[in-house]
Amino acid sequence: MRINQWQRWGTLGAIALGTTFTVVASPQPAMAMHISEGFLPFGWAVVWWLGFLPFLGWGLWSLRQHIKVHPESTLLLALAGAYAFVLSSLKLPSVTGSCSHPTGIALGAILFRPPMMTVLATLVLLFQALLIAHGGLTTLGANGFSMAVVGPWVAWGLYQGLWRVSGKGAIAIFAAAFGANMATYALTSYQLALAFPDRVGGVSAAFAKFATIFAITQVPLALSEGFLTVLVWSWLITYCRTELRVLKLLPEERYHG
Amino acid sequence: MAKFIHRPQVWLLLAAVVLLTGVPLLFGQGKFEGADAQAEEMISELSPEYEPWAQPFFEPQSSEVESLLFALQAALGAGVIGFVVGKYTERQRQTMTQAPPSDDS
Repeated sequence: MRINQWQRWGTLGAIALGTTFTVVASPQPAMAMHISEGFLPFGWAVVWWLGFLPFLGWGLWSLRQHIKVHPESTLLLALAGAYAFVLSSLKLPSVTGSCSHPTGIALGAILFRPPMMTVLATLVLLFQALLIAHGGLTTLGANGFSMAVVGPWVAWGLYQGLWRVSGKGAIAIFAAAFGANMATYALTSYQLALAFPDRVGGVSAAFAKFATIFAITQVPLALSEGFLTVLVWSWLITYCRTELRVLKLLPEERYHG
Repeated sequence: MAKFIHRPQVWLLLAAVVLLTGVPLLFGQGKFEGADAQAEEMISELSPEYEPWAQPFFEPQSSEVESLLFALQAALGAGVIGFVVGKYTERQRQTMTQAPPSDDS
């Protein structure tokens, strides 16, 4: 399909504006799970930023390439973005008596591969940090590394692996969403434990303490996100066959090359 | 291709999501504060001398302002999803009426 430069930038602009609005308005004051502004020592903040930036660059590059080759899939991209924004705004009560929110990153990671989801998830984190005082700029590197890099890659890896091994799409999707969620918060706990080791037990004891706060709260939410993502995927299979085929996510294509 | 999920399973999954959210709220103990606020408390417990060295640029002034942002966000996000879902559903309907697809899933 031939699409001229202005139309392409127009579409991209519309997506950027739309996602920006959604993200700007997303709440989570001190009510969720990223590392708050200033709560990571300077050295660690720099380390995580340095680890995060190459992935962000890769993501921006592949987003550009993808839009160039498949301008028609921007609508689905907007859906994946909106899904992550809506889910990450739902502060849900958990069995531990505290609140946290799902991330919604697995869907986009499976659809568009992890690098592109890095960009979308970074937008969420960036605007939450700037406008809702949730997370922060100094901790964006660390939060980005856990939610925008490790989360999507875990989701994609679990989906691809389980799909090939079991051939059961629903199980692969569920595991991807659940695993991405848990991995994000396990890493958040580990990042905090590295920066604030326990006086007696060291990093591992601190990790156990932070993991109790984050990961256990997250289990029921991760289950919920897994179920919801399976439902969304079943809708996509019915209504977006063309797009899934283009993205090589339908079983026929997988088996026949 | 095997069917992705069957219709009764859709309802089971929806019920599971509602239960997972509703049960802690109805029977759970605790104040349901944010997990990151708890992490901040844990940090001051582990390193009492640690001072956060940066402050957020902007914080919603009150919980009322936060709830405004929350309602706006929910509306806009759901709007985008509704728009995309509607567009794809209508496209599917039109293709179906013109030529039924040959591949059956």
